[in-house]
Amino acid sequence: MIKTVDLYKSFGETEVLTEINTEFERGKTNLIIGASGSGKTTLTKCIVGLIKPTKGKVLYEGKDFHAMDFQEKKEIRKKIGFLFQGGALFDSQTVEENLQFPLDMFTNQTAKEKLDRVNFCLDRVNLKGVNKLYPAELSGGMKKRVGIARAIAMKPQYLFCDEPNSGLDPKTSILIDNLIKEITHEYDITTIVITHDMNSVLEIGENVMFIHEGRKLWEGSRREILETNNREVVEFVYASSFMQTIREKANLK
Amino acid sequence: MKLLSHIGRFTLLMLITFKRPESWKSFRKRIVTEMNDLGLDSLPIIAVISVFMGAVVTIQTSTNIDSGFIPLYTVGFAARQSVILEFSPTIIALILVGKVGSSISSEIGTMRVTEQIDALEIMGINSANFLIFPKIIAAVLINPFLITLSMAIGIAGGYAVAVGTGLIGASDYEYGIQLDFKMYDYYYAMIKTVVFAFVLTSIPAYFGYYTSGGSVEVGKSSTTAVVVSSIVILILNYLLTQLLLI
Ligand SMILES: Nc1ncnc2c1ncn2[C@@H]1O[C@H](COP(=O)(O)OP(=O)(O)O)[C@@H](O)[C@H]1O
Ligand SMILES: [Mg+2]
Repeated sequence: MIKTVDLYKSFGETEVLTEINTEFERGKTNLIIGASGSGKTTLTKCIVGLIKPTKGKVLYEGKDFHAMDFQEKKEIRKKIGFLFQGGALFDSQTVEENLQFPLDMFTNQTAKEKLDRVNFCLDRVNLKGVNKLYPAELSGGMKKRVGIARAIAMKPQYLFCDEPNSGLDPKTSILIDNLIKEITHEYDITTIVITHDMNSVLEIGENVMFIHEGRKLWEGSRREILETNNREVVEFVYASSFMQTIREKANLK
Repeated sequence: MKLLSHIGRFTLLMLITFKRPESWKSFRKRIVTEMNDLGLDSLPIIAVISVFMGAVVTIQTSTNIDSGFIPLYTVGFAARQSVILEFSPTIIALILVGKVGSSISSEIGTMRVTEQIDALEIMGINSANFLIFPKIIAAVLINPFLITLSMAIGIAGGYAVAVGTGLIGASDYEYGIQLDFKMYDYYYAMIKTVVFAFVLTSIPAYFGYYTSGGSVEVGKSSTTAVVVSSIVILILNYLLTQLLLI
């Protein structure tokens, strides 16, 4: 479980995150939703320590990450898998080398053990025969899958996914979303997914947190989000005519 | 003010770069790869430039000696001195800024804007140490070799043109290039080479590492890196010369 306590972040004069108090449960897909520029990426980067918050705490199982020493932080980071918005695969390495990279750096496994793990992870995200390809040779959906495979290579306890289905077609999006949810349940890990896609929210949003201009305005489940009266959430949820139609149909009943 | 903040940030980056590597095995592997990418791949261009520079220096000196008081072997002497003292260590360093420096800056800059550096950090890897350290070490190790080779090729280029065109005789040139040779001059050149190797890897790495934005910014930081590295090399060349030769 990850918890944030009174988290603030400013870049220079502009405050990007204001008083964020929230909890991300283990074994659940915890969604952070909100419009572009609302601070979702900044929040996750504060949580994993890529950005230092101006104020506040980030607790991993009760321990304050930003108060830890270098070695303790490193131990936590080894338990974090992160799927970046653009995949962030290492261009100069093949898919296999990308997945093997953390194993090379942090384990003493034999070549065979590493290769087995690589193939297991690729298999888990339903990829075959891509071991020797370079990231530039992969489609958007394949990159995300490889990104997920790399994120789970070290058997993380915490999985972060920054807009896992941005730039993907709706069908691939749903596959990726479900993959993330399955992995979360299967390995009983704490998963945090950033999205601004309502489909994802309805598909996998076990816990949903809505942020608007750097503040947490609402949290609840995917069922509750359809019924809330919070003005900003309603505007976000029913921005598309598709969702509006759903609401109208529901109101008719 | 801006200059001071750059110097401060550069120093901090170097402090986190020069740390014990996470894995020695991968560190050694990266040094070898970088020596190949930064060093051996530059050999052809270095050879071509060196041979022509040696030839041009030789022609220019010999056409300027028309008084009978100056012995012909001066041509060989002048070619050797200018190649060893200035042309190989400094001009080749400037060429390498354009070739190696710009590629370091755009490689690291691209890794920054595509979040590959964040990906390293998330895994608990010191990205500056992992990416920059092997490049600096590789250049510091391989450049003395490249520059020494450039010296030899430059002097040989002069020889070829001197003898080939009959400007001066082979024996005059040979005598000239051996005349009054001081090993200290070579050491001076090697000190410059090592310092410039550090400059032309670390400064572009710095500009790449702190790129933010997209591909346009990657291009811009690469240009800035080349300009700044070149100026720093020219200034240090002046300072080192004053310090070591006077
Ligand atoms: N490194 C940075 N420096 C300055 N401003 C930043 C930086 N990173 C993000 N911001 C600003 O913070 C706000 C939130 O950005 P971000 O967290 O990326 O939003 P989201 O991921 O929700 O789209 C934006 O206004 C953005 O311009
Ligand atoms: Mg974002």
